[in-house]
Amino acid sequence: MTTTIEKAAAAPVPPSAPSRWGAVRSTLLRWWRSLTAMRTALILLFLLAVAAIPGSLLPQRSLSQSQVTGYFAEHPDLAPVLDKLFLFDVFGSPWFAAIYLLLFISLIGCVVPRAIEHARAVVAAPPPAPRHLHRLPDHRTIDSELDAAAALDVVEEELRVRRFRVVRRDGKNGPELSAEKGFLKETGNVVFHFALLALLLGLAGGKLWGYEGSILVTEGDRFCNTFQQYDNYREGALVDAADMTPLCVTLQDFRAVYEENLTAASFTADIDYGLAGSASRNTTIGVNSPLRADGGRVYVTGHGFSPVFSVTFPDGESFTDISAPFLPSDLQTLGSQGALKLPDVPGTDTQLALEGFFAPTGSVQGGVLTSIDPRPLDPQVALIIYEGYLGLDSGLPQSVYSIDQTQIDRGTLERVGQANLKVGESTTLADGTVVTFSGVKEFAAMQLSHDPGQVWVLGAAVAILVGLLGMLLLRRERVFARATAGPDGPGTVVAVGALTRGSADTAPRFTALTDDVAAALARRTRSQENPSS
Amino acid sequence: MTDESLAALSDTLFSIAVGLYSLAVVAFCAELAFGGRKAPARELVAAGGGAPVNPAAGGDVDDEPAKARRWGMVAMGLTALGALVQAGVLVTRGTATGRLPWGNMYEFGTAVVLVAVVVYLVLAVRTPSLRHIGVFVLAPVVLSMVGIGLFLYASAGPLVAALRSAWLAVHVTTAILGFGIFFVSGIASVMYLVRSRYEAKVAAGEQPLSRIVHRLPSAAALDRTAHRTVVFGFPIWTFAVIAGAIWAESAWGRFWGWDPKETWAFIAWVVYAAYLHARTTAGWRGRPSAWVNVVGLGVMVFNLLYVNMVSTGLHSYGGLK
Ligand code: HEM
Repeated sequence: MTTTIEKAAAAPVPPSAPSRWGAVRSTLLRWWRSLTAMRTALILLFLLAVAAIPGSLLPQRSLSQSQVTGYFAEHPDLAPVLDKLFLFDVFGSPWFAAIYLLLFISLIGCVVPRAIEHARAVVAAPPPAPRHLHRLPDHRTIDSELDAAAALDVVEEELRVRRFRVVRRDGKNGPELSAEKGFLKETGNVVFHFALLALLLGLAGGKLWGYEGSILVTEGDRFCNTFQQYDNYREGALVDAADMTPLCVTLQDFRAVYEENLTAASFTADIDYGLAGSASRNTTIGVNSPLRADGGRVYVTGHGFSPVFSVTFPDGESFTDISAPFLPSDLQTLGSQGALKLPDVPGTDTQLALEGFFAPTGSVQGGVLTSIDPRPLDPQVALIIYEGYLGLDSGLPQSVYSIDQTQIDRGTLERVGQANLKVGESTTLADGTVVTFSGVKEFAAMQLSHDPGQVWVLGAAVAILVGLLGMLLLRRERVFARATAGPDGPGTVVAVGALTRGSADTAPRFTALTDDVAAALARRTRSQENPSS
Repeated sequence: MTDESLAALSDTLFSIAVGLYSLAVVAFCAELAFGGRKAPARELVAAGGGAPVNPAAGGDVDDEPAKARRWGMVAMGLTALGALVQAGVLVTRGTATGRLPWGNMYEFGTAVVLVAVVVYLVLAVRTPSLRHIGVFVLAPVVLSMVGIGLFLYASAGPLVAALRSAWLAVHVTTAILGFGIFFVSGIASVMYLVRSRYEAKVAAGEQPLSRIVHRLPSAAALDRTAHRTVVFGFPIWTFAVIAGAIWAESAWGRFWGWDPKETWAFIAWVVYAAYLHARTTAGWRGRPSAWVNVVGLGVMVFNLLYVNMVSTGLHSYGGLK
């Protein structure tokens, strides 16, 4: 195998390089050879596994930004150091990519020569028999009264019945025979290792050309697949915004169904979706059953409630049916927190905001509202109402799910009211503004993903499995035989030896084979002695 | 929806299975106690006579005392009965809840242990000398069952929405099979490590130290068993990981996201691939490769316990509050 690598690696280097180049070349060649050794590939694979460990023990930005923030708060000294080492982005870190890339190159270097060698072996004749057959792991000698050629004829027949490829040669030590079968094992090996390469390629491609956006959609609302619309958006380095799947989705209805013990049984969303230029269609998606359309996949990843309010100002102007998603703070009961901001109150400069707690099934104890059931059986809100300046145009980003605490601390935003409301109830502020809790809609957390690599990865994974099965379950067997003159008289000694790869217990099979050969030799001898019978 | 009386029956069967396995451990110990009596003397003679002691003969000797043999058969019978009862635990749970009985860690762990016991039984029936590792399989089995019962118990109930998919049958079933097979394989490698040291000492002319180790199958047989089980388990594990990725694609929106569970499944896969290579790599055969197999089992257990109980990921379906 080493020789094959040498040939493959040496070929592209131009001949007759000057001697300094010669030194550089031989160094490079040495590096290349050690990089492409199977041991290196395995070490790199092992490194990849070891490198993945911190990614599973430390919080990762790709999984949960909030956990990373929490870790920073808990370990203010350690966290920045870890961050410098990319330990919160392990799977996107330069060193992870470096291992990945080296593994990839190493695999190419060791798999390609191996495949070429295998292709040659498939068409080539089985190799000549080794000189000392008795040194093979399985060997046996059988005496026969047939002459050498006739005896090997018998061996050949027995092997051909077993689907071996057989060649006969006249060796230095007498007529000999080489037989071989089980190329599929090596083919499986080549398939496995190439598929590993294909898988790495597919993964990388998917990362470079893939994207993912998520958004909270309240019933009746719609979003389109443009990165501006998403609450969270991640894209690969080579994504072209113009090529994003032109998909728009409207959430018509969302349903959450629960078992008696409040285990969530199903989440389903009725949606209308349409690709640009085609009529919109209706479908239902849910947990484990996303929408797949034109390379885009739309998922329901969560849900919650958007309380609906009406606000009527003293001058008679009003907003009706305004709502905002409140984020569940307790996944068991769906008690949720959120804010509704009204920056454009007609006729005044002051802005209005509602912030509070929503309970799908509320229970008030000592003036404190809690939720006791995730189903909207008795929706209630506990609101605090603010007036003043929201700081939306201050240039600093702020969450849409809460109001900016610094404006309250500064006194620019003032608390003007507070109320616990059931559906249909209202509260009136000192200036005469009326806030009504008019109803509830559900929202779905939706995610649109595009990963052009995933079909490749699936194909490669299946090929890995097939190759693996071939490699592990099949065996490659080589059987050699040589006929030499017997010590006394006209007879022959047939020496048989076998070399098997991929099977631990070869002795019984070899015994069975040689027993059959011995029996066949005896039969043939008898039929030669009495040809008439 | 849950049938309470069936669920209660399932819990009772669990205790009965633990009891049967414990009795099997006792019977296996008795087998070792009676079986070891004659052996060291015979070996001393062999060593004293200058004849090469054939370590491979160790546990393979079939001239074990009849009493030991009887205890061995009792132990096997108890183990088989325990496995039947343990299968009953899962069947009654499944019937009580009207779903596959591997929706939380308690059920998953129970199923893994059952697979391990069945794998052991199959090995011991096909290769009688392997029966002698019985106590070393059954003792961890009892410990695991007690741990599962005490710390992982979850009462019978319906599945969360995310688990209601045909992929539960494909992905989790194969993961259970792979895990159970690796469980026995890891034990075979541990036994190999013990036994090969013993054989090295015997070969060096030292007196054999332990009757129990003497009764073990030969190091070569243990190594072969460890290898064969990994060869059998590795494609199954590979399939389980692939099926998990396919399921993740439809459940979580991506087929691979380095969620802690996924990460450790990958690590386990690499460790077992390394084991297969190590066995065919000069310098790694024998003890080093056996250690790799032991590490593999450690990774599997870590993935089950740590990742479900300590870290937070999408796989947190353990049913632990
Ligand atoms: C330089 C790269 C590699 C080369 C040249 C190579 C070569 C080989 C060879 C020769 C075998 C057959 C072992 C035997 O039966 O004697 C083999 C088996 C195997 N290889 Fe690789 N390999 C490489 C990298 C990898 C990597 C990165 C993996 C990743 C998991 C891998 C996984 C396997 C597995 C699982 C087997 C089965 C072992 C067995 O047959 O018992 N290989 N490889």
